[in-house]
Amino acid sequence: MHLRKFRHYEHPVASEITPQAVYESRRDWLRWMATGAAGAALAAWANGEALAQAVPSRPGKLPPLDAVRSAVPGAVTMEKPTAYQDVTTYNNFYEFGTDKSDPARLAGALKTRPWTVAVEGEVRKPKVYDIEELLKLAPMEERIYRLRCVEGWSMVIPWVGYSLAELIRRVEPTGNAKYVEFHTLADKAQMPGVRSSVLLWPYVEGLRLDEAMHPLTLLAFGLYGEVLPNQNGAPVRLVVPWKYGFKSAKSIVRVRFVEKQPTTAWSAAAPHEYGFYSNVNPKVDHPRWSQATERRIGEDGLFQRKRPTQMFNGYEAQVAHLYAGMDLKKFY
Amino acid sequence: MHLLLHPLAKPLALVLLCAPGATLLWGAAAGQLGANPAEALIRSLGDWALRLLCLTLAVTPLRLWTGWHALARFRRMLGVASFFYAVLHFLAYAWLDMGLYLDDILRDIGKRPFILVGFAALLGLLPLAATSFNRAIRALGAARWQRLHRLVYVIAPLALLHFYWMRAGKNDFAEVYVYATIVAVLLMARLARARRAGPAATRRA
Repeated sequence: MHLRKFRHYEHPVASEITPQAVYESRRDWLRWMATGAAGAALAAWANGEALAQAVPSRPGKLPPLDAVRSAVPGAVTMEKPTAYQDVTTYNNFYEFGTDKSDPARLAGALKTRPWTVAVEGEVRKPKVYDIEELLKLAPMEERIYRLRCVEGWSMVIPWVGYSLAELIRRVEPTGNAKYVEFHTLADKAQMPGVRSSVLLWPYVEGLRLDEAMHPLTLLAFGLYGEVLPNQNGAPVRLVVPWKYGFKSAKSIVRVRFVEKQPTTAWSAAAPHEYGFYSNVNPKVDHPRWSQATERRIGEDGLFQRKRPTQMFNGYEAQVAHLYAGMDLKKFY
Repeated sequence: MHLLLHPLAKPLALVLLCAPGATLLWGAAAGQLGANPAEALIRSLGDWALRLLCLTLAVTPLRLWTGWHALARFRRMLGVASFFYAVLHFLAYAWLDMGLYLDDILRDIGKRPFILVGFAALLGLLPLAATSFNRAIRALGAARWQRLHRLVYVIAPLALLHFYWMRAGKNDFAEVYVYATIVAVLLMARLARARRAGPAATRRA
């Protein structure tokens, strides 16, 4: 028995399907436009226009963080950003509690100045960076990324920051550096969640060096044109858009270059459920739920069908080569 | 004591039992369930099913400890309410999470132990809810009816296991332990009483 007839597709009638030749000619036309100067100007205008509509400036009350639009391929999705209210009140940040409303309620006590980030391990130039120095290390870019949580929901967030590679290049990793570990603050005095034994503190996440060097891997200092709200990982966090959200360490105090694959907080807590890679992959289910679909926060209504999840969260063109030849079911 | 026997006590209890569901549905309609209303609805309905199951199990021990025997008048209502919230919890999952695709729902139940266990608990509640009428008690005979309704001693641990497995994903067991403690105390109170009364009474406890 079917309660609804079609599962994955609404089949259009044949007369409504665009003929392939027409479809192909549109691509030719776009290609022609893209090569012409007129096309370039038009594209820039269209992008600027779309962006101007897409991101309301400074919806919160935090200090501004100005940025130019990122030129990194894939860094600016044209999808509608999730409301600032939802981005800043629906958070997983276990240092402040396990309920999604806990961080916004309790993170106000976090002191983000003074703040330092120790960069150490297998690097020629280890250094303890002051947050002010990090803020000036490279030009700030605005990037609009999709964020897919392992729990099956997603958001679109306009981040402000620069590629992590900018920092990595300056500390000069040695030949032994194969992985990068990120340690986040674990201060019982400021973070009530750290008193619970939900995870081993401090929260540790990690990337392979080539993943960390990928231009899309963002060291983020702000969102929506303002500095990061505490509950979103102030004053500095990581954003890795093709991986599940928990891979993006918040409130980072230590970046460590190591030779062996790090034991990360979630893979230590539940190794069968959370692997080291945790690339967004609709074909590899979480043991207790499917990852094939997701609910876009604030956009998909109560009774709306969940949308299909994209391979690598839609960043396949940019990152698939990092995993060539790897069995992503095994290295989940 | 007098309050429990007041003619308005039962209607009032009914209103109280409907209130969480009404509040949730109102919140969903008004868009006040936060950033992810589907998740909030599914989880809250499950929470209420479990809370009311605990309350149902608490009636007999409370009655014996406090001597408020009129509490027994509310047990059936509490049990049916727990079933009602469990059904709503399942419907919310089937509709909001699974889009009412029966194939997907069945596959999900078969594939994932935590859904399977929750579904088993719901199925277990079904014969209890179906025999919650006076005529059903007469038709079955009091002894058989009571034996059937001892299924709840299996259903409550199943519901707890479902909750535990759900929370295992986020390693967050604090709430699970609270409910587990309550259920354990309530079931152990029965065991202790049955043992004191001797084997003959066990069958009736």
